[in-house]
Amino acid sequence: MKKIKENPETTVLEKSPTGIQGLDEITGGGLPKGRPTLVCGNAGCGKTLLAMEFLVRGATQYNEPGVFMAFEETEKELTTNVESLGFDLNKLISQNMIKIDHVFVERSEIEITGEYDLEGLFIRLNYAIDSIGAKRVVLDTVESLFSGLPNHMILRAELRRLFRWLKDKGVTAIITGERGDETLTRQGLEEYVSDCVIVLDHRVSEQTSTRRLRIVKYRGSSHGANEYPFLIDDTGFSVLPITSVGLKHNVTCDRISTGVSRLDTMLGGKGYFRGSSVLVSGTAGTGKSSLAAHFSDAACRRGERVLYFALEESPAQIIRNMLSIGINLDQWVKKGLLRFHSNRPTFSGLESYLTVMHKEVNNFKPRVVIIDPISSFIIGINELEAKSMIMRLVDFLKMNQLTSFMTNLSSGGTALEHTRIDISSLIDTWLLLRDIEIGGERNRGIYILKSRGMKHSNQIREFLLTDQGVDLLDVYVGPEGVLTGSARLAQEAKEIATQTMHHQEIQRKKLEIYRRKKAMEAQIAVLKSEFETAEAEALKIIAIEEQATKQLAKDREDMAKTRKADAPPEKVNSKKK
Amino acid sequence: MTTKKTETKSITPTKGAKKKSKNDKWILRLYVAGPTPKALTALKNLKEICDDKLQGKFVIEVIDLLKNPQLGHDDQILALPTLVRKLPAPVRKIIGDLSDTERVLVGLDLKQQLL
Repeated sequence: MKKIKENPETTVLEKSPTGIQGLDEITGGGLPKGRPTLVCGNAGCGKTLLAMEFLVRGATQYNEPGVFMAFEETEKELTTNVESLGFDLNKLISQNMIKIDHVFVERSEIEITGEYDLEGLFIRLNYAIDSIGAKRVVLDTVESLFSGLPNHMILRAELRRLFRWLKDKGVTAIITGERGDETLTRQGLEEYVSDCVIVLDHRVSEQTSTRRLRIVKYRGSSHGANEYPFLIDDTGFSVLPITSVGLKHNVTCDRISTGVSRLDTMLGGKGYFRGSSVLVSGTAGTGKSSLAAHFSDAACRRGERVLYFALEESPAQIIRNMLSIGINLDQWVKKGLLRFHSNRPTFSGLESYLTVMHKEVNNFKPRVVIIDPISSFIIGINELEAKSMIMRLVDFLKMNQLTSFMTNLSSGGTALEHTRIDISSLIDTWLLLRDIEIGGERNRGIYILKSRGMKHSNQIREFLLTDQGVDLLDVYVGPEGVLTGSARLAQEAKEIATQTMHHQEIQRKKLEIYRRKKAMEAQIAVLKSEFETAEAEALKIIAIEEQATKQLAKDREDMAKTRKADAPPEKVNSKKK
Repeated sequence: MTTKKTETKSITPTKGAKKKSKNDKWILRLYVAGPTPKALTALKNLKEICDDKLQGKFVIEVIDLLKNPQLGHDDQILALPTLVRKLPAPVRKIIGDLSDTERVLVGLDLKQQLL
């Protein structure tokens, strides 16, 4: 058995970064350096734009000049077309960072009279590359040559030679081609350009069109093999890679206020966890958006930025409606702390909307994201797609430690704990707003269905929208069940009346006792005074008697004295006897 | 051989030729990429045809794109060798080593169309 010698110098495939958001992540660093890449797709997929962006970003971000050989459009047309992406080609051309060469092949002008080769094209390309030292080249689209030159055998041989020549020259090239029916490209270019093949797709499903990108092949490197949706907007291409890289997000123990103090109390006293996902569901008109407004208001007061995705109402309408419950959102908009983004998802399709959301979050850098309502994402019967999209969105927000607040409109017939998109497992805190119908009126109740990681109240509170905002009140649970609204008021009134009555009763009794006391005291006073009178009289009499006795004694003495009684009265008394 | 490497080379015929039209000479440009066999064949064929049909009223310029690549830009030269008839207007392009004389004549508009 021979031992296989290991090559000590394993070379890693070098990559040429595209600078396109998301594409570098999917390809693991960019396109293969020094090799041609085939980009194919149907008409209007964005091949030319992708190629152009590759060149422009190469020139502006990586300092690599590029040559664009255009077989279909003129230099002027190209410059105008990419201006809408925000690329100033004229400036780059004047700086010699980009060179555009328009190759015009007109069949009718050409007469074939013998053997030929395409050396002219080579010379031209070579000249263009050397004149600015280009490292990146785009050929868009080589298939035009097939309609211009009749001898396809020579053409194919020359193309093979061309791609080999490009490799030898060491430039990273993008070759664009039209999608064929059975082959990847109409003319079968993938035979020659097979180091890396990217397919662009523009699909229409349920009346919304989505653009998707797929890397069919990438020799020498691992790559994302799924279809990735992408967007073309005024900043160029954005590809959205699937972000679920495992559920490894960091968490914090910070709590933030919900904006309604009574609700904070219900949530263990402090409010939601920062970085958690909150869902408020309820039927129509239960006040979900009002809770969202409270939450934004509270966040803005703390100086945090809020990004509000309003999928059903215009920002002006939301601001006006929230003013009626005493929340002024306009002040935060003016201060730049609150930003609204309102577009129906049906406008652009789910994947594009997700990409838009990513962009907005990355640009605005909020700490709170509100989506009102997520039930708008259901277009037709695409619940699975909507779920996958929301899952990715929640993942993305959690990875960046953003608190998300979503509202969900439940349809009347279904159970409230069931959301049509079935995302209950993604939600950390779930508030339910329900209608309570009693005695001919509907009132709203709120309760916390679940709140992971914290103690929360299990009571239903009555949910009121007042001029000063949302108010939560205790409900009365009477013999008829939960009482809210006017029944509660009636009950309250009754209780107050009863209380008053008791109070009055007590007062009355107190008064009575007081009176009796007073009566008793009066009686005592009378007896006392009688007694005193009698006492005084008795004392007087006693005094008189004493006086009388004294007087008598004195009188006797006096008499004895006058009767010349010398003897002491005791002797006299004893002698006389 | 060396003479053919020069940038432009005009071959003027002997005087006394018949005047074909009011316009002056034909200006024909032959683009080549160095002295390849195809280039030499083309030049040879071209001279023959011109001597035969134009009787002196012509100027042939041989342009070597290896020496001056940018000169191919105006005439949009892709294939080589290419013969471009600059005058009389309109501009005509003929690709190949000019072995097919019939087609060359058609291309140069020299051939009378057979019914």
